[in-house]
Amino acid sequence: MKKFVKFFIVGMFFGIVLTKSEAVSWYRIFEMFKFQSFHMYGIIGTAVITGVLLLSLAKMMKVKATNGSLLRVPLKELGYKRYIIGGTLFGLGWALCGACPGPMYILIGTGAFSIVVVLTAAIFGTYLYGVLKDKLPH
Amino acid sequence: MDIIFQPWPWYVSGPIIAIVMFLLLYFGKTFGMSSNLKTLCAIGGAGKRVAFFDFNWKSQRWNLVVVLGAIFGGFIAHQFLSNPINIDLNEDTIADLSTLGFNNAGQSLLPPELFSWDAVFSWKGILILTIGGFLVGFGTRYAGGCTSGHAITGLSSLQLPSLIAVIGFFIGGLIMIHLIYPILF
Repeated sequence: MKKFVKFFIVGMFFGIVLTKSEAVSWYRIFEMFKFQSFHMYGIIGTAVITGVLLLSLAKMMKVKATNGSLLRVPLKELGYKRYIIGGTLFGLGWALCGACPGPMYILIGTGAFSIVVVLTAAIFGTYLYGVLKDKLPH
Repeated sequence: MDIIFQPWPWYVSGPIIAIVMFLLLYFGKTFGMSSNLKTLCAIGGAGKRVAFFDFNWKSQRWNLVVVLGAIFGGFIAHQFLSNPINIDLNEDTIADLSTLGFNNAGQSLLPPELFSWDAVFSWKGILILTIGGFLVGFGTRYAGGCTSGHAITGLSSLQLPSLIAVIGFFIGGLIMIHLIYPILF
């Protein structure tokens, strides 16, 4: 149990910050795709800039992860088909129901229980990808 | 204290999300919310029929704990750290939503026109939510990540595949909002 406490706390921070910055709101996603507010671009943009800085610093200072090996980011396999096709399908769904996977979980905590319908459909979508994987262009 | 209860600005939220990503990497893991959907399939026994889900899901328990924490964080933020919700949306957004039939935009996190139980149990409502959720679940695994894995982690580590995926996210989102919404609503 004890080894999981830190993951619970990190998750809790994530849930609080996405709720408090309204990134879990359907309305904010609609507004983002309408280019009518800087809010979501500001969140993603500052997250990426901070992320680049933190990862560069970690590399320069040879920061080690808690398991003793150098801190490293898993590399995505090269290619473009799966990213552009899968990404576009994801974007269609993201804009249609106004929630990506993180917010789907977090919204349950805010009492918006009907999001469970979306989450269940997302699990089914993941399952069907697993079934069709070898027939799809990657 | 009031500053906590007000909505948090983007320049506070963005860097904290990057710290969340960094901490998970520091713990020897990675920041990826959609991987949990795959794990949930495996827990449900999908590995018996489909090789893609045939892995030891127990190795992913840490990520499920992140999800539990995130749900709890949503609860804390909503119950104890928030004023009544009044999202400061752009006037144009509110007007556009009103033309589409969405009223009182920003008075709740989710529009009751789609997420109230009455809406969920209408044909149109259930189709929109299940097709939307399905596309998110299918698309994220096809693309190998979602907003956390590609837009935050992948872009932070300057990976080209993630940039392509994020461009895909926006192609899909823009098609949906600008071309399909006017037909649906």
